[in-house]
Amino acid sequence: MGGYILKRLLLAIPVILGITVIVFLIMAMIPGDPATAILGSYATPDNVARINRDLGLDKPLVARYFIWLWNMLHGDFGQSFSLNRPVIDVVLERFNNTLILAGTSFVLCTVFGILAGVISAARQYGLADKAITFAVLLGISIPSFFLGMMMILFFAVDLRWFPVSGMTAIYGGGDLADVIHHLTMPALALAVVATGVVARLSRSAMLEVLRQDFIRTARAKGVREGRVIWGHALRAAMVSIIPVLGIQAGFVLSGAVYIEIVFQWPGIGRMLVDAILQRDILLVQGGVVFVASCYVIFNIIVDVAQSLLDPRIKT
Amino acid sequence: MSAFFKLLARNRLALGGLIVMGLVVALALITPLLPLADPDATDTANRFLPPLSDGYLLGTDGLGRDLLSRLLWGTRLSLAVGFAAALFAAVAGAAVGIIAGFYGGRTDNIIMRGVDMLMAFPYILLALAIVAALGPGLVNALIAVSVVNIPFFARNIRGITVGLAHKEFVDAAKLAGMSNPRIILSEILPNVVPVIVIAMSTTIGWMILETAGLSFLGLGSQPPQADLGSMLGEARSALITNPHTSVIPGIMILIIVMSINLLGDGVRDALDPRLKSGALSRPMAATRVERKERPAPETSTDAILSLDDLHTQFHVKDRIYKAVSGVSLSVKPGECLGVIGESGSGKSVTALSIMGLVASPPGIITAGAARLEGRDMLSARFGELRRLRGRRVAYIFQDPLATLHPLYKVGDQLIEAISCHRAISKSEGRKKAIELLKSVRIPNPEERIDIYPHEMSGGMRQRVGIAMALANDPDVIIADEPTTALDVTVQAQILSLLSDLRRERGLAIIFITHDFGVVAQLCDRVAVMYAGRIVEEGPTMEILRAPAHPYTSRLIACVPELGEGKRKLEAIPGLPPSVDNLPAGCAFADRCLKAQDSCTKGEIGLEGSGSRAVRCLFPEPGFAEETA
Ligand code: SF4
Repeated sequence: MGGYILKRLLLAIPVILGITVIVFLIMAMIPGDPATAILGSYATPDNVARINRDLGLDKPLVARYFIWLWNMLHGDFGQSFSLNRPVIDVVLERFNNTLILAGTSFVLCTVFGILAGVISAARQYGLADKAITFAVLLGISIPSFFLGMMMILFFAVDLRWFPVSGMTAIYGGGDLADVIHHLTMPALALAVVATGVVARLSRSAMLEVLRQDFIRTARAKGVREGRVIWGHALRAAMVSIIPVLGIQAGFVLSGAVYIEIVFQWPGIGRMLVDAILQRDILLVQGGVVFVASCYVIFNIIVDVAQSLLDPRIKT
Repeated sequence: MSAFFKLLARNRLALGGLIVMGLVVALALITPLLPLADPDATDTANRFLPPLSDGYLLGTDGLGRDLLSRLLWGTRLSLAVGFAAALFAAVAGAAVGIIAGFYGGRTDNIIMRGVDMLMAFPYILLALAIVAALGPGLVNALIAVSVVNIPFFARNIRGITVGLAHKEFVDAAKLAGMSNPRIILSEILPNVVPVIVIAMSTTIGWMILETAGLSFLGLGSQPPQADLGSMLGEARSALITNPHTSVIPGIMILIIVMSINLLGDGVRDALDPRLKSGALSRPMAATRVERKERPAPETSTDAILSLDDLHTQFHVKDRIYKAVSGVSLSVKPGECLGVIGESGSGKSVTALSIMGLVASPPGIITAGAARLEGRDMLSARFGELRRLRGRRVAYIFQDPLATLHPLYKVGDQLIEAISCHRAISKSEGRKKAIELLKSVRIPNPEERIDIYPHEMSGGMRQRVGIAMALANDPDVIIADEPTTALDVTVQAQILSLLSDLRRERGLAIIFITHDFGVVAQLCDRVAVMYAGRIVEEGPTMEILRAPAHPYTSRLIACVPELGEGKRKLEAIPGLPPSVDNLPAGCAFADRCLKAQDSCTKGEIGLEGSGSRAVRCLFPEPGFAEETA
C-alpha cells in the first residue's frame, strides 16, 4: 500500500509541473511587456526594475519559467500588489476558507447523492424514484448562483433563519456555532448540483449492479434485502461511484467561486475574481497553481480510496 | 433514424424540453423584429418598476431599462454565446482528437498528455486564468469556456477515431495512395460528425450556464451589453430591495438549462439500446407471483420438494415469453434429480422459480406451486421465503466468478451465509467457515478464507460456492449447471464431491445440466426439458438404455463417451422454437425426423406407465418394446 501511494505521488509530479507550464503559458499570452502587465497601475520605474530583478521578467520565456518555478519551490509565489502581501499568505488564508465551504458541500453531496441514488434504484419506477428523479433534474438545472440568491431572499430575508452573507458575524463572531450558522446556506447551495449528479450516477451504478449474478447469490443465501441493497450492491456500485466523486470535487471547487461571490464568503474564488478585476496577475497565477495542485493531490487520495475498496486493483 | 425520433417523441419529458427549447430559440431569433424598447435606453425616472407596470410588462431595472427587452436580448446573446462556445470547443476538440487518434504513437501520446494536464484543473480555474490573461470581456469569456471544454471533445473523438483508423476502408484508402489529410477528411470525418453533434448537444446547456456564470462574475459581457448572466450579476446588488430584477433573468436561465437537460436525457435514452429492451430494470427481491387460480392441493407426499404445474413467463414490452409452461417435478430426501435440456429450454428458469429468484421484472410466475414439505413457497410472504432461502433450500450456480461477490473475502461470504440465518460469534463463524472449506476439500482453508474470489482458480471458486450452499445444512440443493465452466478433471472432482455429500448428509439434489454424461454419473432420475416443458422423465439408467422421446435419444447420441461430456448439444441440427411463439402440438416437430401431421395437431400429454413418462405420439422403438 505504502509503495502504491508513493508511486501515485511520484506520478503526480509531472502533472503538477504540467499545470505550472500551462498556467505560465496562459499568463505569457498577456500582450506587452510582462513587467508592466503584472504591475499595472503600480508600474513605476522603480517597481519595474525591482520586479525584473526578482522574477527575471526581462529574460527569455524559458528562463522566466524556471525562475518562477524555482521561486515557487522555495515557497515564494511573489507579492500581491493589490493587497501588498505575499501571494502565498493570501492564498493559504483564503484557501482555508474555501476548504471549509467546499469540503462541507462535498460531504453533503456525497452523502445525500448516494442516499438518493440508492433509494431511487431500489424503488425503481416507484413514487420515491420519480420524486428523486424530478428533484435531481431540477437540481442539476438550476444555476448555483441563482439558487444562492433565491435562498438569501427566502431563508435570510423572509424567514431570517440565516445571515445574508459573510463567514462570521462582524461583532463577537468567529466561534464554531457562528461559522456553521453562516456556512449552512452557501454549503447547501453549492452542494445541490453535485448532489444531483452523484444521485444520478449512483442510481445507474446501482441498477447495473443489482442485475449482477452475485446479487442473486446473496438473495439465494437468504441475505436480508436491506443488506443486499446497502451492503452487497452499494459496495460494488461504489467502485464506479468513487471516481465520479473525484470529478465532482473539482466541480464543487469550481462552483465555490460563484457561491463565494453570492454569499461574500472570503474564499479563494472570490479572491481570484477580485484579482482578475484588479489585474493582480501574480495573485491569480499563484492561486491557480496552488489550488490546481491541491486538486491533483486530492485525486490521489481518491485513487487510494478506490484501491482500498477494490482488491482487484493491483497496488 | 425515424425510430430514434419515435422513441424521443414517446418520451414526453424530452418532447416537452424540445418544445420549450424551440420556443425560447424562436423568441430569440425574432427578438429584433419585435416592437421592444431599446434594451440599453436608461430612464432614471422609472427605476425599479415592478412587473406588469404600465408599458413595462416585466418592469424595469436599476437604470430604468425595460426588463422584457433586456431579457429577450440577453437570452439571444446567451444562446448565441453558448452555442458559439460549444461549436468552437467541438471543432477544436474534434481536430485534436482526430489527429491524435489517426496518427497514434508519439503524436497521440504527446497530445493526450496535454489533454490530461488540462483535465487536471478544476475547470473554472483554467477559465479564470485565461480570462485573467486576456482580460474580462464576452469574447474572452467565450474563448475561455471553449478552451476548457476542448479536452472533453478531444477525448471522445479520439476514442472513436482510434477505432476507425484500423477499419478496412481506411486501409483501402491508404493502399489507394490517398494522403493522410484526405483520408481524414473523406473517410474519418463523415463517421465522426454524428458523434460530435451528439456530444455538442449534450454540452450546450453546460456552455450556456458557464458563459452566463463568467458574466455573472463580471468577467464576461460588459455594460451596457448584457447577457442573462450579467443581468443577474448586476441585479444582485438590488436583490433584497427589488428581487424581480434577479428572479426574471434567473428563471430564464433555469428554463433554458432545464429544457436542454430534458432533451439531452431523452436523446441519451433513445440512443441507449438497453433501455429499449427494458434490460436496465433491476430485479426485485423475489419473483412476482400472479396466479389466477389457487394451485391444486398437494398430491405426492413423500417428496421433500415438489413443483406442481409451474408456469413462469417473461413479459417484455408487449411480448410474452413462456419460459416454463407446466412443469411438475419432485425429489425425495437423498435423491438426485437431473433436469436436462439445451440452453433456452427453461431448465434454469424452472430451478430459479422454486425460491423466487427469477429476475422480476420481467419474470412472472403465472401458475403452479413450489412446495417444500407440502408448504407452497410461492404463496409465502417474502420474510418467510427469505428465511427458507439458503437454510432449507440452497443454490449452487454456474460461473462462480460472477456469482461470488468480487469485493468480499470468501470467508466473509461463507460466514454471512450462516449469520443471516442465526446469530453467530465472529470466532465461531470463522471456525465454521474453515470447516466448510475443509468439507469441500479445499487445501489450506485457514489461508484461503482470507482471500478474494478473483485470487482463486475456477474449481476452487466452485468449491466455495458449494461450501456456501452447505453452510446451513440444507435439505435441498439446487445446482444450476455448476460444472459447465470447469474443465473435465475439475468437473469430475466436483461431481464426486457432490455425490459424496449427498450420501453423507442425505441431501436432495436437483441438478440442472445440458450434459447427459454428467447426469449419468450423479442422478437417480432425470427429466428432459424442451421449450419450457418436460418431454420425458424416468430413472436415469432406464432412459439411457432406452430413451423414449426422439429428442432424448438425440441428446444421448451427443455424448461422446459417458463422463467426458464437454460437448455441446448444438450438435442437434436446427434450433428450439422461440418461446414467445410456440407452435401447436409438439414443439420438437420441426427438428424431429419422425414427425407426422398428427404431431402438430393438438396438445400431446406427458404419458407413461410406472416410473417413466414421455410426451410423444411415436416413442422410440426400444421404449415401446420395454413397456409393452
Ligand atoms: S410427437 Fe411427433 S414430432 Fe414430436 S417428438 Fe414425437 S414423433 Fe417427433
